[in-house]
Amino acid sequence: MLGQFDFNVIERSWVYLFREGMTFTLTLTALAMTGGIIFGTLLAMLRLSSIKPLAWVAGVYVNLMRSIPLVLVIFWFYFLVPYIGAYIIGSSQPIKVGAFYSSVITFTLFEAAYYCEIMRAGIQSVSRGQVSAGYALGLDYWQVMGKVILPQAFRNMIPILLTQTIVLFQDTSLVYVLSITDFLGAASKVAQRDGRLVEMYLFAALVYFVICFGGSLLVKQLQKKVAIVR
Amino acid sequence: MNYNWNWRIFFEASPDGRGTYLDTLINGLGFTLATALSAWVMALLIGSILGVLRTTPNKWLVRFGNAYVELFRNIPLLVQMFLWFFVLPEFLPKALGTAMKQMTPPWASLVPAVLCLGFFTAARVAEQVRAGIQALPRGQGMAGTALGLTTPQTYRYVLLPMAFRVILPPLTSEFMNIIKNSSVALTIGLVELTAAARSIQEFSFQVFEAFTAATIVYIVINVIVVLGMRLLEKRVQIPGFVGPSMNTGGH
Repeated sequence: MLGQFDFNVIERSWVYLFREGMTFTLTLTALAMTGGIIFGTLLAMLRLSSIKPLAWVAGVYVNLMRSIPLVLVIFWFYFLVPYIGAYIIGSSQPIKVGAFYSSVITFTLFEAAYYCEIMRAGIQSVSRGQVSAGYALGLDYWQVMGKVILPQAFRNMIPILLTQTIVLFQDTSLVYVLSITDFLGAASKVAQRDGRLVEMYLFAALVYFVICFGGSLLVKQLQKKVAIVR
Repeated sequence: MNYNWNWRIFFEASPDGRGTYLDTLINGLGFTLATALSAWVMALLIGSILGVLRTTPNKWLVRFGNAYVELFRNIPLLVQMFLWFFVLPEFLPKALGTAMKQMTPPWASLVPAVLCLGFFTAARVAEQVRAGIQALPRGQGMAGTALGLTTPQTYRYVLLPMAFRVILPPLTSEFMNIIKNSSVALTIGLVELTAAARSIQEFSFQVFEAFTAATIVYIVINVIVVLGMRLLEKRVQIPGFVGPSMNTGGH
């Protein structure tokens, strides 16, 4: 009960939690967001491509990723990446991939499916006439996309992309299943070492809440700022 | 790739002595569905009530609904799972807390998992229900009042029947989410589908067969849910009424 609540364990461990755990969580979030948005945008362009097989492949990829749980995807890649790596460099043995790189690859590829759907909506939110105008000016596909469509699509979608990033930030806690020391993993280690589960898990929940709630308030502010009046 | 595929693994006896590995998988599927369905009933009930509260004129009810949604949306599901499993029994009256900790498996992890997923998804359902009610033309509520209906009657006979039709597509994806999210319960020891695949992998070392099987099962569930909901949507649709589209992102 609260009477026996031991604040001391938090005082003793918070430096460790943030220096080891939160650094990992934030690094993973940042890398997966960057990779996920880039790959997701490419996927969105493929899905909207007029070349049917390309659109089909991208569609299958996105729907597959979206219909299986992240935990299963984490396990898949944890075991699959060493084999793919071995295949790429032509090694006969599965190569060793650290838990960090494995999770960066997993989250990038998984979140790309979600970012893809956002970017697809973003690209479709730009009127068709702009594409035609671009082609009429003699731009090629990449120029139309890079200079006309994508800048507007990004601008329209920034709030949703950031909201998805907050979801990604929360999702990174699932690397716990690979026994990685992310923020929750660190809290869990201290909790089990000191037998202070209640304090550590409540503290972890509080920290996640403050960051995510603060983040979503900022996104709301931003949404008002970037909204284009039409 | 240097990997020995062995699809017959599913017909070999599993070391838990309860049949083949295929039985392990089916058992896992059973727990995934049981967890997800019971949590879904909870989420739909609590979420609908909260969603309605957030559209009432009473600002304290609205604040309570908003606070609930923000609280449950901004804490990772895994952390919530730990709170229900490790932390809640400590805050309950001693007898109840001890009873919760001493439940026999699978109840010890099934009950916290259902509670966790139920309350977590309720926040997301509440968000959809609120959006669904607010997306209706304002005149609908007024028409209810003009007909002499009380506020509860207006909700029961006018607003909610329309709102639930509007939000059927987003509710479908929330239902899929709750099935997928039930896999997080493996961290508190529930042997659902993903955990079953993982245990097959640990005992037999046939990693990719186990995960492929689980993946296929998830895809099949997905297809069944989507097709089922499409049928339901067709059955309940009102001719001429086109609902606004909503996309709130996340998973």
